[in-house]
Amino acid sequence: MAERVVDRQNQYLRIESVTKRFGDFVAVDNVSLSIFKGEIFCLLGGSGCGKTTLLRMLAGFESPTSGRILIDGQDMSGIPPYERPVNMMFQSYALFPHMTVAANVAFGLEQEGVARPEIERRVREMLDIVKLGEFAKRKPHQLSGGQRQRVALARALIKKPKLLLLDEPLGALDKKLREHTQFELINLQEQLGVTFVVVTHDQEEAMTLASRIGVMNKGQIVQVGTPTEIYEFPNSRFVADFIGSVNMFEGRLIEDEPGHVRIRCDDLDTTVFVSHGISAAPDARVFVAIRPEKIEMTRGQAAEGENCVGGVVREIAYMGDMSVYLVRLDGGRTVRVTIPNIERHEERIVWDERVVLRWQPSSPVVLTQ
Amino acid sequence: MNDRGLFRKSILGLGLAFLYVPILSMMFFSFNNSRLVTVWDAENSPTLRWYVRLFENEQLLGAAWISIKIAALSASGAAILGTLAGLVLTRFGPFRGRALLSAMTTAPLVMPEVIMGIAMLLLFVALEQMIGWPEGRGLLTITIAHVTFTMAYVTVVVQSRLAGFDDALEEAALDLGAKPATVFFKITLPLIMPAIVSGWLLAFTLSWDDVVISQFVSGPGSSTLPMEIFSRVRRGVSPDINALATIMVLIVATGVVASTIWMKRQERKRALEEQMARSDTP
Repeated sequence: MAERVVDRQNQYLRIESVTKRFGDFVAVDNVSLSIFKGEIFCLLGGSGCGKTTLLRMLAGFESPTSGRILIDGQDMSGIPPYERPVNMMFQSYALFPHMTVAANVAFGLEQEGVARPEIERRVREMLDIVKLGEFAKRKPHQLSGGQRQRVALARALIKKPKLLLLDEPLGALDKKLREHTQFELINLQEQLGVTFVVVTHDQEEAMTLASRIGVMNKGQIVQVGTPTEIYEFPNSRFVADFIGSVNMFEGRLIEDEPGHVRIRCDDLDTTVFVSHGISAAPDARVFVAIRPEKIEMTRGQAAEGENCVGGVVREIAYMGDMSVYLVRLDGGRTVRVTIPNIERHEERIVWDERVVLRWQPSSPVVLTQ
Repeated sequence: MNDRGLFRKSILGLGLAFLYVPILSMMFFSFNNSRLVTVWDAENSPTLRWYVRLFENEQLLGAAWISIKIAALSASGAAILGTLAGLVLTRFGPFRGRALLSAMTTAPLVMPEVIMGIAMLLLFVALEQMIGWPEGRGLLTITIAHVTFTMAYVTVVVQSRLAGFDDALEEAALDLGAKPATVFFKITLPLIMPAIVSGWLLAFTLSWDDVVISQFVSGPGSSTLPMEIFSRVRRGVSPDINALATIMVLIVATGVVASTIWMKRQERKRALEEQMARSDTP
């Protein structure tokens, strides 16, 4: 994938302590966020976390209870949706069923009062970009799901908005089509240089599309970072747990040095040695998070030393490219381990075998909240 | 198995007979040559005598023309007001007095017509005394009265169509730069048009065959067709009424059959197109 042209100096969209209440319910809770020009920013969270409300405030369909939103330096308070330099692609696509594909795409330009020949030229161009040139005269119901998605995208992009908002853009597509469309969407974004704000509950979608992700929970932004940062350096138990799968152990700091720490976990028969310092009060309760793919598994009886535990294989799920093992530790806890299936002919570890699990001192993430 | 089939068929036959024998016998007797409606004159029938008589009957034709005018005007008024009421009730959120408005607009659906008629009459009389309008009773008062009770039906039809309407369509139009008025005329109105048209037709039919309310608010020279038929029947049924009823039934039946066939065809075409779209490449 080509490197995106993201201008990190240019805070294109600024959300300043925005809160939205519906009666007693706080949908968006004091959110501040900066989004750079030319990036794809994903708001990721479960249902009811406030991500859609935030997006609707950007579009102008809801107004913040407090705080303000600036797009390219311009305060958006009190500006109705039809005067904002923002367009949105709706989850249901919201194509006008009584108009042809071309009329749907042309709608935005007609509102601007663009001359007819100019409209026709730009609509043709845009339909060519989304590879729908031959479908211009069709009505939405005469299109497949993927084609409808591209019409919705073309319609939202034709006015060259400063900001394109996408609400679950791939949600209504089946799995094969999603993967294909994801990359198309990224290519298109690079080609046109429009800043994208995507709302999704699907972490895979967020990881592939986004240059940065904002994880939301209960109306608040919990963490903002690149997909790698979010996955490898989650800042809280919520994020570690929400993105991907993780093995979480509660424990106590027993040694706290600038270059390393040791943690005694209740469920592990070993101490956890972590090769980087953390900032936590001595003796504090902490959580150790280890991703399933960062654990090595070998056959063996005895587990010796730090970062090393013994157990018995309880469940195996063979997925083709990798296998997921659930290993019952001697202490009673079950740990999830994923092993890539590199060798075709290897003798794989089977049910009820005794195994030893081991991880690198750099692998665990220590979380204090 | 065969017995059950026979049983079902006879029940169906009885049901249809119950519904349509009266109408068919009326149509049958419209071709009767006899002056007496119920006595079949086998020698000189069938005849078109009553149809000819009917088209020479200026009074009946005039009443039919008045009925058409009133029905068309009141259906149009009801369509406009009913659409507005339906819009307000579905689009403007929980404003103060919403429940009251909702109850009041749909009340005529269950209100006895006699009461509606008296209320209208009293109102028109009082208005005339106070502001001198409407002057007397006639076409105008009947039309106003019909709008008030047919509007309820349009409201219900439009409201249910709007309830199943994807709000995102209007939001998308706003988002693309259309002002609220443009959104209404370019997006909302075309999409609820089928509901408005069926509401209009419903209002037209209701107005067309209303006797009770019209009776109260009509004046000299503004007898509608049903009123005219009603008053003639009291003097004894004459066969030209049969002829008139037959023509009306045929017009309605043709309309219903034609629109059913057209809708079926549209549906089939749409289903086919959707199937083709699904089998296309993404």
